[in-house]
This record gives sequence, C-alpha cells and structure tokens, in this order.
Amino acid sequence: MDWVYLTELAVNGAMTGLLYSLVAIGLVLIYKSSSVPNLAQGALTMLGAYVVLAFSDILGWPLWVAIPLAAIIMFFVGMGIERVALRRLAGRPVVMILMMTMGIEIFLRSTTLAIWGGTSRSMNLGVSYDPLFVGDVLLNRVYIVGAGVAIALFVVFLLFFRTRIGIRLRAISDDYMASWSVGISVERGVGLSWGLASVVAVAAGVIWGEVQGVDQSLSILLLKGLTVAVLGGLDSIVGAIIAGIILGILESVGANFLDPLVGGGSRDLIVAMVLILTVMIRPHGLFGRHDIERI
Amino acid sequence: MFYRLSGVRHTSYIADSKMFKVPADRNLVVVFLLFGLVAPFLVPSLYLNSYMLPWLIWTAATLGLNLVTGWAGQLHLGYAAIMAVGAYASVHAAKFGLPWEVALLIGGLASSVIGSLFAFTALRVKGLYLALTTLAMQFVMDWVLTHSPAISGGSHASLQSPTFALLGQKITSDTGLYYVAFGWCVLVTIFMLNLKRTGLGRALVAVREKDFAAAILGVNSFYYKLVAFAASSFIAGITGALLVVTFYFLAAPEQFAVNVSIQVLAMVIIGGLGSIIGSYLGAALILLMPGVVNQLFTYIASVMGWELGLETLAHIPNAAYGALIIIVLMVEPMGLGKLYANIRDYLMVWPFDQLKK
Repeated sequence: MDWVYLTELAVNGAMTGLLYSLVAIGLVLIYKSSSVPNLAQGALTMLGAYVVLAFSDILGWPLWVAIPLAAIIMFFVGMGIERVALRRLAGRPVVMILMMTMGIEIFLRSTTLAIWGGTSRSMNLGVSYDPLFVGDVLLNRVYIVGAGVAIALFVVFLLFFRTRIGIRLRAISDDYMASWSVGISVERGVGLSWGLASVVAVAAGVIWGEVQGVDQSLSILLLKGLTVAVLGGLDSIVGAIIAGIILGILESVGANFLDPLVGGGSRDLIVAMVLILTVMIRPHGLFGRHDIERI
Repeated sequence: MFYRLSGVRHTSYIADSKMFKVPADRNLVVVFLLFGLVAPFLVPSLYLNSYMLPWLIWTAATLGLNLVTGWAGQLHLGYAAIMAVGAYASVHAAKFGLPWEVALLIGGLASSVIGSLFAFTALRVKGLYLALTTLAMQFVMDWVLTHSPAISGGSHASLQSPTFALLGQKITSDTGLYYVAFGWCVLVTIFMLNLKRTGLGRALVAVREKDFAAAILGVNSFYYKLVAFAASSFIAGITGALLVVTFYFLAAPEQFAVNVSIQVLAMVIIGGLGSIIGSYLGAALILLMPGVVNQLFTYIASVMGWELGLETLAHIPNAAYGALIIIVLMVEPMGLGKLYANIRDYLMVWPFDQLKK
C-alpha cells in the first residue's frame, strides 16, 4: 500500500470535489428557495464560460473585466429564465418542472454551440501549470485556485444569508404563505436566487473551463453537481461543500481500486452509485431538511 | 357538431363504461386504423420507412412510458435503459436460434424483471428523488452496456440483428416491417384504451393522485406501482426489440443512451400526461420537428443570403427541440392531448355553448 500515492489521490480528489461543489451550490440556491431541481445548471455553467470567453477571447478584453461583466449578464439571464419559464409553472407537478428545466438545458446548450461552435477553447486564467509539492504530495495549482473559489463562495453565502435580503430568502425557503403574509415578495426572492445561481455558474464555468477546456462537456458536470447536492441535502449549502469533498475523495480513491478490476472508466459508475445509494438510504441527504408529508 | 351527442343515452353502467361513448370518437379511430392499414399503398416507401414506421414504434414506447408516468404518476428517466434490456435480450435470444416470437417474449420479460428493480426505488422515494434515481440507473445501465463486450457485441459495440421472422415467414420487405410496427402499436393502444375502464387503471390513477390517500382507501399502492413499472417495462422491452429489428437493424449502446430517455419523456410531456392521442401527437412532433426546422433554416438562409456555418446548422434542430419543450410547457402544460380535448369539448356543444354565457 503506497500511502503517499493514496494521500495524493485523496487530496486531489477532495479538491476536484470542491469544484463539483461549485456546480452544486447553484443547484442548492435554487432548490432552497423554490423547490425547483434546476437540471439546467450544467448548461448555465457552460453558457457562463462561453460568455466570459466571448469578452476575453473575441473582444480581447482582460479577464478581470470579462468575468464581472459576464457575471452581471448571467445574473439577468438567470432572473429572466425564472420570470419567463419557471414562474408560470409554480404549483404544477414536479414532472413538468423537471421537463421544463431539461428543455432549458437542451435549448441553452444547443444555442451556445450554434453561436460559438463546439471546438474546445482554453480559458487562460494565467495559473501556472508547474507542479506544486507539499511534502511528497503533488498538487495541481488550478485545482487549488478552484477549491479556494469554492470555499470563498461558501463563506460569502454564509455571510449573505445573515443580511437583510438573505434572511428574506431563508424565510421564503421556510414557508411561502408565511412570507407572503409578512410582506416578503416571494417572486422577487425566487428570481434573485436564480440570478445568484447563474453568477455561481459563471464561477464554476471559469474554473472548469481552465481545468478541462471550454466545450460541450461542461454541461455534463450536471450529474456530478446533482450527486453532490443530493448527498449533502438539496437545501443545504454546508452540505454541498462537505458532500463535494466526500464525493471527490470517494471518486478518485475508489476509481484507483476499481479501474484495474473493470477495465477503466469507473468514475461515472461510482458517482451514479453514490446517487442511488444516497436516495435509497437517506433521501434528504447529510444535512438536508427532512420534510414530513401530510395528506 | 362533429361529435354528435343526439341519441347517446346511457341507461346502464355497462353502457356508461363503453370504450367510445360518442360515436364520433369510434369513427375517428376506425378512420385512422384504415389509413394505417392502407398506408403502404398510399405513402411512398421512403416516407413509410423513415417517418411512419419510427413514428409508430416511438408511439408505442411513449404509451408505455405514459402508463408509468401519466397513469401511475411515477417519474421515470431511465426508460431507454429498459428498452435496451429488451432489445439486447431479444437479439441475443434470436442469435441463439430461438424463433422471434419467443425471443420478443424473452426480451419483454427480461425488461420487466429489470424494470421492476426500478419499482423498488419507488417504494422508498417519489417525485424528484425517484427521477434522480432512475436517471442514475440509466447511467449505470449505459456503463454496463459499453463496458461488457459479451452483451454489446465485441469491439465495435454493435450487434447485428438476425433477419426478422414471424410464424416461420421471413420479413424483410418495407411493407412487412411496417405492418409489424403497426400491429404492435395497435396492440399497445388497445391495451391502453382499455386500461382506463378497468379496476387496475382506476387504482393507478388513485396512486397517482395521492398514494397515501389511495392506501387509506384500500389500494395497495406499492403493489400497483410495481404492476405499473412491470407492465410499462414489458412494453418497453418489446418496443426496444422491434425498434432494433425493424428500424436500426443493429443494436448499439448509444441508441439507448440518456438523451433517448429524455426524448421519450419529452414525447410524453408534449403529448400530455395520460393522453393516448397525445402520445401519437407528441411522438410525431418530436420526431418530425428536427428535419422540418433544418429545412426551414436552410431555406431562410438561402433566401436572406446568410452564410450559416455547418456547426450552426447542426445545432439548430437541437435548439429548436429544447425551445419546443419550453414553449409547449409554457402555453399548455397538459400537452397536445389537452389541446385536442379542448377543441373536442368546444365542438361537442357548438353552436350552443354561446347560450351558456
């Protein structure tokens, strides 16, 4: 047993997991406020990355201008999606809401590809690719930056939910009726959470674009983001971070043992199995709220 | 007007539970049945094989998914995986030398067994979580298919299907294959039409509306969920097998990937949950739309003198497919079946509905 190698796998896995958390946080933000499982989060991530590239690559602006500008645009894209498509489906069966977000996913992904093309581009964040050794463990600098962004976002949201608007969002996620009756605009709150989730999608798109290039494969992050969000509890941001670390370690260490047995490609299998087992054993996840159903 | 109600009187419960309460409905079905029967002589064989046949087969698949999603209310995002089980089981059985009738049955039963596994998830969770689990199961099934050469057929991951034959008659002609698809679609439709009138169908609807409440009424909701999954999987298995033998002629894992599952669900939703005519309309719309949109865009581009890149043209049908789902859900969340029902309700009392106001 090579402990150094295992530690390296675990640490790098944990950081990859934190990158999954970036996608999961967006999902959690929307689910928390409106109980909508946003299957379009992967496509939003991809769109975010492409919008950043449209400014930095095509117009040639520096990244520190391009990223905030893209974040602002995506904020309004997110609010727009909620306003146009999701609001009128409120109260409908979940199958229709799922299908709607899936339709948005297909539409956003194909439109992005139709406009900008499917060839893979690089983000060029300027993070050095030199290996970084901590003791004997080899680390990837891009992953460290990504994990840092994930944790920073987590802290920001932790603080945000203590502000006036944040408290309103918490009230909305608690009870629609009660929020309405004390004068909180539920619609505006839900729209805001879609906007915030789209801004998070820009962050995820930039980091993942740097890691694996900006192309169609960014939208496939949805499955991993979903798994992380469900494992952590669909309405818990702390859960998204911790579940990300758990899934990342499980995936990278598990694949190390399983790959020789099944001939490669076991990462996706592990993710799918984690999703199935979580739902079967503890549907509300590690930190989620356990809803009791009334007749 | 067209749906004349004069002379329609129900004086007994038997009469009230008739399949077609209004004669016009029956006549419509007869007209479509006749059209389906003579279609090979009316429609050019290119259209017959590339539009009519896949339409009928996908309609059968849509009806099968509608049974579990529209009637029993259980979300299912792994339908293509179940179709794959039936397709591979049948083709392997036929390659082994069994007659196709038995092979199809084996495919259906194999699907039924695997599909019932999905139902055990439905015992534990429902709604969103059921959808996510079935989605994950679809990924597991994809993975198993692509990683086991014994099932998917060697290094190229494609499995040639033997020549289709029924009752010892080899079926290779376009017309023959069309009639096979037509026959299966009619069988599934008859089953679904009758489902509404039986205790089973009513129990499924009760489970859909509220499974706890159904349990209080004495409807064993887990048993009926299991039945719904098993029956719909049986339909899926045979449909998957027929899809391979009459349309694709070889089985490959990507024919049953996750996007196919989403496509069948889109057919169900666009057609309308629990609507039979909607399943026909939804399947037709989703299948025909990419080709139509592509031709439309090529035409517009040539008229306006735009230079559209190949890549742009390649992604436009998909974008239109997404937009179609969004628009239908925005305009009429209950789907095309509901639109048809609205028109029917309007014409039923026309011109007297003005008097109501």
